[in-house]
Amino acid sequence: MATEATAPEHAPEAGGATVDLDPMHQFEIYPLVPIDIGGIDASFTNSSLWMLIAAGVVALLLLAAPSKLVPTRLQSVGEVAYEFIANMMRDILGESGRPFFPFVFTLFMFILAANMLGMVPYSFTVTSHIIVTFALAIVVFVGATIVGFIKNGPGYLRLFVPSGVPIVLLPLLVVIEVISYFTRPISLSVRLFANMMAGHTMLKVFAGFVVMFGVAGAAWMPLGLAPFLLMIGLTGLEILIAFLQAYVFAVLTCIYLNDALNMHH
Amino acid sequence: MEAEAAKLIGAGLAAIALAGAGIGIGHIFGNYLAGALRNPAAAQAQFPNLLLGFALTEATGLFGLVVALIILFVF
Repeated sequence: MATEATAPEHAPEAGGATVDLDPMHQFEIYPLVPIDIGGIDASFTNSSLWMLIAAGVVALLLLAAPSKLVPTRLQSVGEVAYEFIANMMRDILGESGRPFFPFVFTLFMFILAANMLGMVPYSFTVTSHIIVTFALAIVVFVGATIVGFIKNGPGYLRLFVPSGVPIVLLPLLVVIEVISYFTRPISLSVRLFANMMAGHTMLKVFAGFVVMFGVAGAAWMPLGLAPFLLMIGLTGLEILIAFLQAYVFAVLTCIYLNDALNMHH
Repeated sequence: MEAEAAKLIGAGLAAIALAGAGIGIGHIFGNYLAGALRNPAAAQAQFPNLLLGFALTEATGLFGLVVALIILFVF
C-alpha cells in the first residue's frame, strides 16, 4: 500500500534508521482546482476527483457493457450486482420496495466503488471522511422519514410507541425509541467512516513496520517478512470489509425504509 | 495530572471497546458454526446474515476508536 515515505531530507541514514511515516497523511484533502463562490471554498479537491471516478466506474460497468441475451463477462458483473441488491430488497421490503430500488442500488454501487477504489495504492478513500458518509446517511434518514409520513400520515409516530408494553414503562420506552431513531444517521455514517478510516490507518501502520525493518539494515530485513505477510492478509480483509460495509449500508437503508413502508407487520 | 497525560490515558481506555467487539465477533462465528454443523443444509442461506452480523459487531468496536480519536484530536 501507499506508505507515505519520506521527503529526501528525512531519508533514513544508514544504520540509524529514522523514518518519518505518517499513517494519517493519506486522508489529507487538497484542492486540485481552487473555486471560490462568494467566500465559500468550493474547490475541486482530490476527494471530488475520486467521487467522480467512483461514479464513472459504476456508470462504465453498467452502461458500457453491451446488453446481450447471453451476457458478456463485463455485463454479467453488472447483472450479478443488480440481482444481488434486488434479491436483498425483495427479502427485506417485499414488493413495496420496488420504487426504491434505483436509490438503494445507486447508493450501494457508489459506496462499493468508492471503498474498492480506496484499496488501490496511492488513491484516496472518499468514504474515509465523516462528512461524505454523513451526507449519504442524512439523505437516507430524511428520505425514509418523509416516505414514512407520506405513507402513514401522522400515524408514522406510532413507530415510537412499541405495542404490548406495560403502561408504566411506556414513557421511558418512547424516549428510548425517539433517541434511537435520531441516532440512526449518526451510527450509519460513523460505521462506514470508522471502518474505512481505521482499516486504512491500520494498513499504513503495518506497511510502516515493513519499511522500518527494510531500512534498519540487512540483518533486520528478513524480519520484515512477518509484517509483510500480515499485510497481504490484512489487504484481503480490507477488501472484504470494503464490500461488507457497502452491503451493510444498503441493508440498513432497506431496514429503515421498511419501518416507513410496512408499519403493520 | 497533566491534561496531556489524561488525554492519552483516556484514549487508551477507549480502546477497551475492542474487547466487546472481540467477544461479539467470537459469539457470531461460534454460534454460526454450531448452527451450521447441526444443520449444514441451512448454513449457506444464513451466510449473508453471518457477514452482516460480523460487520455490525465490528463497527461497535470502531466506535471506541472514534471516541479515542475525538479525545486525542478534538479536545
